Amino acid sequence: MTVLSALARPGRTRTLAAYGLAAALLLLAPTVLSPFRLDLLAKFLCLAMVAVGIGLAWGRGGLLTLGQGVYFGLGGYLMAMHLKLADAGPGGVPDFMLLYGTGQVPGWWEPLRSPIAAILLILLVPAALAAALGWAVFTRRVRGAYFAILSQALAAAFTILLIGQQQTTGGTNGLNGFRAFFGYDLADPANRLMLYFIAAAVLLGMVAVAHQLATSRFGELLVAVRDQEDRGRFLGYDPALVKVVAYVVAAVMAAIGGALFVPIVGIISPADVGVVPSIGFLIGVAIGGRATLLGPVLGSIAVSWAQTSISEQFPSGWIYFQGALFILVVAFLPGGLASVAGVARRRRTAERSRA
Amino acid sequence: MRPRSLSRHGVTRLSTVSLAALAVVALSACGARVDSGEAAPTAAESCVDTSGDTVKVGFLNSLSGTMAISEQTVHDSLQLAAEEINADGGVLGKQLEIVSEDGQSEPTVFAEKAGKLITSDCVAAVFGGWTSASRKAMLPVFEAQDSLLFYPVQYEGLESSPNIFYTGATTNQQIVPALDYLAEQGTESLFLVGSDYVFPRTANKIINAYAEAHGIEIVGEEYAPLGHTDFSTIVNKVKSADADAVFNTLNGDSNVAFFKEYNNAGMSADEMPVVSVSIAEEEIGGIGVDNIEGQLTAWNYYQTVESPANEAFVEAFKAKYGEDRPTSDPMEAAYTSLHLWKAMVEKAESFAVADVVAAADGVTFDAPEGQVVVNGDNHHIAKTALIGTIGEDGLIHTEWSSGEPIEPDPYLEGYDWADGLS
Repeated sequence: MTVLSALARPGRTRTLAAYGLAAALLLLAPTVLSPFRLDLLAKFLCLAMVAVGIGLAWGRGGLLTLGQGVYFGLGGYLMAMHLKLADAGPGGVPDFMLLYGTGQVPGWWEPLRSPIAAILLILLVPAALAAALGWAVFTRRVRGAYFAILSQALAAAFTILLIGQQQTTGGTNGLNGFRAFFGYDLADPANRLMLYFIAAAVLLGMVAVAHQLATSRFGELLVAVRDQEDRGRFLGYDPALVKVVAYVVAAVMAAIGGALFVPIVGIISPADVGVVPSIGFLIGVAIGGRATLLGPVLGSIAVSWAQTSISEQFPSGWIYFQGALFILVVAFLPGGLASVAGVARRRRTAERSRA
Repeated sequence: MRPRSLSRHGVTRLSTVSLAALAVVALSACGARVDSGEAAPTAAESCVDTSGDTVKVGFLNSLSGTMAISEQTVHDSLQLAAEEINADGGVLGKQLEIVSEDGQSEPTVFAEKAGKLITSDCVAAVFGGWTSASRKAMLPVFEAQDSLLFYPVQYEGLESSPNIFYTGATTNQQIVPALDYLAEQGTESLFLVGSDYVFPRTANKIINAYAEAHGIEIVGEEYAPLGHTDFSTIVNKVKSADADAVFNTLNGDSNVAFFKEYNNAGMSADEMPVVSVSIAEEEIGGIGVDNIEGQLTAWNYYQTVESPANEAFVEAFKAKYGEDRPTSDPMEAAYTSLHLWKAMVEKAESFAVADVVAAADGVTFDAPEGQVVVNGDNHHIAKTALIGTIGEDGLIHTEWSSGEPIEPDPYLEGYDWADGLS
C-alpha cells in the first residue's frame, strides 16, 4: 500500500501513514532548507509542541487554556538561566547581572548550574504549578470561561513578575546571547542541525504520547468529562483528576517546547510568554483542528510559517491576515482545517443521496 | 475492517522506529564542543553581492505593534536618506536596494528578521531597532554572522559591540548633561518617574550615583508598567514630595496620562519642571501642547536647530511626507546613520564588514544636528547635548547647549562618581 493511498483511507491507517510521512519530511528537511530556514523550522516545531498539549487539554478535554505561555515561559526561562550560568563558567555571574543587578547570583538561580538539575526542574516546576493550580480549580468545579480567564490572568501576572524583577530575570530584555548548549557551541552549524533533529524527535515523541493518551481509557474518560462531566461523576470517576492530568501533560509539553526554543532562537523575553503569545498558540490549534491528532501540530506550523512569509512579503500586513484567518475558521470551519476533508465528504454523500 | 489494536500497535511501532532513527541522526550530527579546544567553524562567509551596480541594505523597524507609531518615523527618514544617496550616485557608484522587514515590536521577531536580512537577503548592513530589548535581541545575531547594525536611538549605555554602530546618544551625551543643567539651575532635590524596563531603571541608577556625588537629594523613585495610564497615585506622591524638579523616563502612552494628571493636580513647569528624555516632537501632538508647554526635554537634535544641513533635511522630509510631519531626534539619528555608513564604506573603498569597521574611526558627517564624528573604539558618535523647552507651537526650542560635541563614553569611565556602576 502506498503512502498516498493510505492517506486517502479513513481512520487509523491514515493516521499511521500521516505520521510516517511527517517523520520522513522532517528527516529530509535539512537537505532542501538553508541553515536559516532550518532554524526557523526548528523554532516552529518548538511552538508546535505547545500545540500538541493544547490539542489534548482543549481539543479532547475542553479545557480552554489561555495561559500556556506561562508553562512555555517557565521551561524557556529555566533553560535560559542554566545556559547563562553555564556560559559564565563555574562560580561565574551572567553578564546582565553585572550590568543591571547586584553582581551576585541570587540563591534561587544556583541549583540551575547543574545540567541534570536544570532538566529536572524544566519538567517538574511547570508540572507542579499546573498540578497545584489544576487541583485548586477543578476540584472547585471551576470550568468554561472562568477557567479560561483564570489561566489568562496567570499569563499576565507572570509577565509583570518577569519585567519587575529586572536584576534577576533580565526584565523586558529577557535572557539572550547564549554561547553553548550543554557544552555544544551554538555557533557551529553542525550543532544547530543537531538541535533541529532533537526538536523534530521530541515533537514526534509528543505526538505519539498524545495519540496513546487519546486512544487509551484515559482519553475516553477525558472526552466523556468534556461532554458530560456530571454523568462521568455519577459513574464513579473523578472528573477533577482527569482534568488535572490532562492539564499537567499539556503544561509539561509547553515547558519542553520552551526549553528547546531557547537554544534554537537564542532569546526568551516576556513578549514570548505573555497573553498575546498564549492566544497565538491557541490560534494555530484552532485553525488546524483542535480535536484531531495532527491538526494542532500542522495548524501551528502553518500559522508560524505564514506569519514569517507573509510579513516578509508585506511588512506590517501579517496581523490583518491572522485576524481574518481566525474569523474565517471559527465562522465556517469550527473543526479547523483538519475537518475540511470530512466536510467535503459529507457534502458529496449528501449530493449523492439527493441524486 | 482491520482490528483496532493492531493498528494502534502499528502507530507505536512506527513512532518508536522513527524516533530511534532521528535520535541516531541527531547524535551523529554533533559538532564542536566549547570546551574541547577544537575551533568551531565560524559562521558562514558573508554572502553580500557587490558584483552588480546595486548593493542591498536592510531596514528593520516595527511597522506593526505598539512601537509602530515611533518606529515608522525612523523608517520614513531612512527611506529619505536612501533616496538622497541614490539620487547622488549611490555608495561607491552602486545604487542602494532597500529590503524592509517588520520587527512587529517583539524582540524575538527582531532577532529572526535580522538573521533573514543577513543570511537570506545578504544585505551589507542593517539599520533599525528602537527598544533596548530589540537591540539586545539582535546583538548576538550580528556578532555571530559578523554583520553590521546601525542603531539610531538614545539608550542606557553600558554596551559596545564591534558589530553595532550607535548613532543615538549614550548616557553621558543626554542624561548626564541634563543633570549638569539641573545642578547649574540650583536644583537640590529630584523625583524620578519612569516606565518599568531597562532604560529607566539604568538611567535612574546613574542619576542616583550622580545625585549622591553632587549633593542632590532623590526624594522619590516610582515606576509604572509600560502602557500604564493611571497616574493619580504617582502624581500625588510627586506633589507631596515637593521636589525642585522631576526627571521623567516614562515611555509612550504613559506620558499622555502622566502630564494630564500633572496639570490636573495643579502643578506647572514654573513650579516643578519635568525633564523628559523620551518625549520628542512626534509625541508632543499626542500629549497635547497645552498639557506640556514649558516643560523641558534633553536630546541632541530638535527640528528648530539652526543649520543649513537641518534646513535641507526638514525641507526634504516635509516635501516627501507632508507639511504636518515634524522631525525628531531618533529620525535625525537614523538619517545620519545611513549617511555615516556611506562615508565609512567610501573611506574603506569596500563593503566588507572588517574594512568598514577598520575605516570607521574619525569618519565625519555634516548632520542636521551639527557635525558628528565616529569613535572607532566604542562605535558611538560625538554629539552635542541640547536642553530644550517645549513651545506653544508644539516644537522644542534650545534652552541650553553643551556648546561642543561630547565624546561618547558608554561605560561612564571618565566620571569618578560613576565608579561601580558597570
